[in-house]
Amino acid sequence: MSTYILPMLIFGAIGLAAGILLTVCSKIFEVKTDERIEAVNEILPQVNCGACGFSGCADYAKAIVQNGVPTNMCKPGGAEAAAKISALMGIEEMSLVPQVAVVKCSGNCHNAEEKFNFQGVQSCKAANRFYNGSKACAYGCLGFGDCAKVCPQGAISIKDGIAKVDKSLCIGCGLCAKVCPDQLIVIRSIDKTIDVCCSSKDAGKFVRAVCKSGCIGCKMCEKKCPHDAIHVEDNLAVIDYEKCTSCGTCVSVCPAKVIRKCDEVYE
Amino acid sequence: MTLIVILLNAILVDNFVLSKFMGICPFLGVSKKLDSAAGMGAAVTFVMVCATLCTYPIYTFILVPMGLEYLKTIAFILIIALFVQLVEMVLKKKVQSLYNALGVYLPLITTNCAVLGVTILNVDKEFGFAESLVNSLGGGLGFTLALLIFSGVRSRVSNADVPEMFKGVPATLIAASIVSVSFMGFSGLFG
Repeated sequence: MSTYILPMLIFGAIGLAAGILLTVCSKIFEVKTDERIEAVNEILPQVNCGACGFSGCADYAKAIVQNGVPTNMCKPGGAEAAAKISALMGIEEMSLVPQVAVVKCSGNCHNAEEKFNFQGVQSCKAANRFYNGSKACAYGCLGFGDCAKVCPQGAISIKDGIAKVDKSLCIGCGLCAKVCPDQLIVIRSIDKTIDVCCSSKDAGKFVRAVCKSGCIGCKMCEKKCPHDAIHVEDNLAVIDYEKCTSCGTCVSVCPAKVIRKCDEVYE
Repeated sequence: MTLIVILLNAILVDNFVLSKFMGICPFLGVSKKLDSAAGMGAAVTFVMVCATLCTYPIYTFILVPMGLEYLKTIAFILIIALFVQLVEMVLKKKVQSLYNALGVYLPLITTNCAVLGVTILNVDKEFGFAESLVNSLGGGLGFTLALLIFSGVRSRVSNADVPEMFKGVPATLIAASIVSVSFMGFSGLFG
């Protein structure tokens, strides 16, 4: 009988000693967690998109409380979340302009030429690896919806073969911009309304041949812009949103109708 | 003199990771960054030495007189778990960033067979108290050395143009085997 009892007693004693030691040490090395972290975390939308630059909502909440990181970095939460967090932390409110994603291509099935019929894996990434995709324009939206799949809000849909963003749903997290193999999607603040809906850096003659709605780099917009806010670089008009006042002059002069006001771009 | 031989033997010849293939899990898991590799090495070394500090007296003065040698595995694991908990508490309090970097690998030191291995090998080789401690220290330093070397190798591999099918784990395992082969060169150094 003692064969069983003795080992049990010994191990019980060792276990007890270890337990007491751990209890004492846990008192000595107790870490107080700040309850504000949890409160801030609850305000955040829990999308875990990473647009703030931290690895998730919980991580961002911790950074706000412990390191005094600005409270207006959560794009999905927007101004509302920023205001609530600022109130909670007892600091001055920081403004936040909501951001949206813009697809810089308008070469849909009516406008753009195809160079072959792609039957491979149905994703933009795969199609892009196969001779830059089936569009005759190497910069065009391939329309397999890699961006739509990654969008946490379901804001992107494929219409007439190219991606369209529903501005009312878009939270500006930028996940689609990261996944697009042609880097066609840009994130800009919502109060600017003019977009160049083309990303082609090919020469104007080639663009004309493969797409009815491509930027041909004619520099009309550059000449007419009253604010010096649009310039043609590498055969492509690029808007400087720092200077742009969304006056719409370039929209009216663009011969290719590729510069558009955002109401026309979104559904 | 024998102590120095035991130390060098444990670090180079009988390196736990690269010669005995123990503790592979943290070796592959936390060797991505030099900082966390060094932290992991220090934590394992601490646990090894402290565990030996406790397991040797418990084995010699409690288990052997009672004839309970067959229970050494469970007794040793108990002691190791205790020290891993201690390390975890201290790191959480003092070095938060390292605690986050090590993540799940920190509590997993408990099941790191290198730690249990060193305590049991001390008993099997019939080392005295001082020899056991030196052997454990050498084992821990050897583990740290392997981790540091491998984190350097990995940072080079991650920048290299590796063929698509070898990217990630396969390239890491091949690199580990090559590092291991280089340590085989030490075998027979001390007879």
